[in-house]
Amino acid sequence: MENIIHSVTLDKDRCKGCTKCIQLCPTQAIRVRNGKAKILKDKCIDCGECIRVCPYHAKKGVTDSFDMLNNYKYKIALPAPTFYGQFKKVENINTLLNALVKIGFDDVFEVAYAAQIITRETKNLIASGELETPTISSACPAVVKLISIRYPNLLPNIIPIISPMDLAGKLAKKIAMEKTGLKEEEIGTFFISPCAAKATSVKSPCGLDKSYVDGVLSVSDVYLKVLPYISKKEDVIELSKADFRGVCWANSGGEVASLDMENVIAVDGIHNVIKILDEIEDDKLSEIEYAEILACPGGCVGGPLTVENSFVAQARIKKLSKTLEKKDENKFEVEDVMMNAPIPHNKALRLDDDMVVAMEKMQRMIEITESLPGLDCGSCGAPTCRALAEDIVRGYNTTNACIYNLKAKILDLAEGLEEFRGLK
Amino acid sequence: MADNKITMRFDVDANNFSAAGEASTKLKRTLKQLSIAPEVIRRVAVAMYEGEINMVIHANGGVIDVEITPEYIKMILADNGPGIKDINLAMTEGYSTAADSVRELGFGAGMGLPNMKKYTDDMKITTEVGKGTTIEMLVKNSVEL
Repeated sequence: MENIIHSVTLDKDRCKGCTKCIQLCPTQAIRVRNGKAKILKDKCIDCGECIRVCPYHAKKGVTDSFDMLNNYKYKIALPAPTFYGQFKKVENINTLLNALVKIGFDDVFEVAYAAQIITRETKNLIASGELETPTISSACPAVVKLISIRYPNLLPNIIPIISPMDLAGKLAKKIAMEKTGLKEEEIGTFFISPCAAKATSVKSPCGLDKSYVDGVLSVSDVYLKVLPYISKKEDVIELSKADFRGVCWANSGGEVASLDMENVIAVDGIHNVIKILDEIEDDKLSEIEYAEILACPGGCVGGPLTVENSFVAQARIKKLSKTLEKKDENKFEVEDVMMNAPIPHNKALRLDDDMVVAMEKMQRMIEITESLPGLDCGSCGAPTCRALAEDIVRGYNTTNACIYNLKAKILDLAEGLEEFRGLK
Repeated sequence: MADNKITMRFDVDANNFSAAGEASTKLKRTLKQLSIAPEVIRRVAVAMYEGEINMVIHANGGVIDVEITPEYIKMILADNGPGIKDINLAMTEGYSTAADSVRELGFGAGMGLPNMKKYTDDMKITTEVGKGTTIEMLVKNSVEL
């Protein structure tokens, strides 16, 4: 488990040891120990929920630095469609794409454009009738990781197609190699990301043997750099290639809208995601053919590394997308979009790999849980009494961590002391 | 540990459609921590959920007892509802005695008992009209390495 890479990290100086994040983490991957939050690496899915809820901004999404651009001869920006919704008074996407060139990129390749190719290939794959239903979108890496840890039964339901980000990286490199004659390793592709999970999926890809993206920059970092250039209307060249269907992937419902199908759902927000995955696992959604499932509220516009309020960004995306004329995605590049590696089942929830041992631990866990007050107050540093019982069984904590148990013990002791005094 | 058996008990409330499925979700959470094959967990979850819904629709709720052992997972669903008049008919796909109001909610499609049988390795129904029904379902356990 040493090789687990994560992009959500903790700034210890800022953490006050409050229990907000532990209670809201969807995989119970955070504990507070010695007054500081601690992320359990094997359970974290990089969804960024803790970044969103921390009142002290102690959780951070780690992305790459701009200096990384210097490692490449030819640098290509891959802006997520969410990037377009961050700016006031921008009426033309070309203005933004040109600004990216002005801050140091040699070229721009829109992820929205790759998204349209993904839509085309998704439609073809659905038409083949070979997919498990409900088929689940592979676009959100946090959802893919959640499925791999909590819903391994649903791994076959994930569409075996790479994400728009990886396809953008793949195509951008290919086109740049033809154009410049440079080698693949001399060309750097940089995703401009609304979320930390994408940064992780570049460093440890799921469903791909290696990512086609070299670096991940946060939308908020790039926002500050491009701001001085977006008011300049002169020498703006045409770089925008995607139409409204690709751009709307930023918003929840954007992906399924472009599929032109009836029996589809779009679910956003990690806690809604968990409910829907439980229902799919219990075979309750048999009438649904395709499910777009995104961890962030409102879709990617609600990502923790964005600048603008997600509702405002959503409205801007819709407005901007209307300025784009419809393009025929059948004329877009033909490229292999299939995953080339399996998505592994993450077994971190298991108490033990040996079922008999796991069952013994579970029996103890149930007994301990019953002895705890059941308030799920979080004071012990675990999100629920059950989670504390699990920690105790795993050897990470003791029953004294429960302040209610400790209080009862102290009262007992005090009574004994009184008796002892009386005897004197 | 004396014997390797985990027991769990769940109360199922009557007429509470939104809470139906909670027992199945809780059981799933426990099974996922036990290195049991995902496919076994899925079969248990679907059978358990169908059983829960049946208790909500037809039987004014009831109690579910679950036994987990390395060999099998057993679910015993007991209610004091109206009982089943004709078990063979009740086992027919599409046959349902659910009220129209229930069907309008998308339940009562007559797949409950057939699905419970389909997803389990063994199912026994004991029922008496006017007294209640007990359904015992068993799914053989297997380990995923």
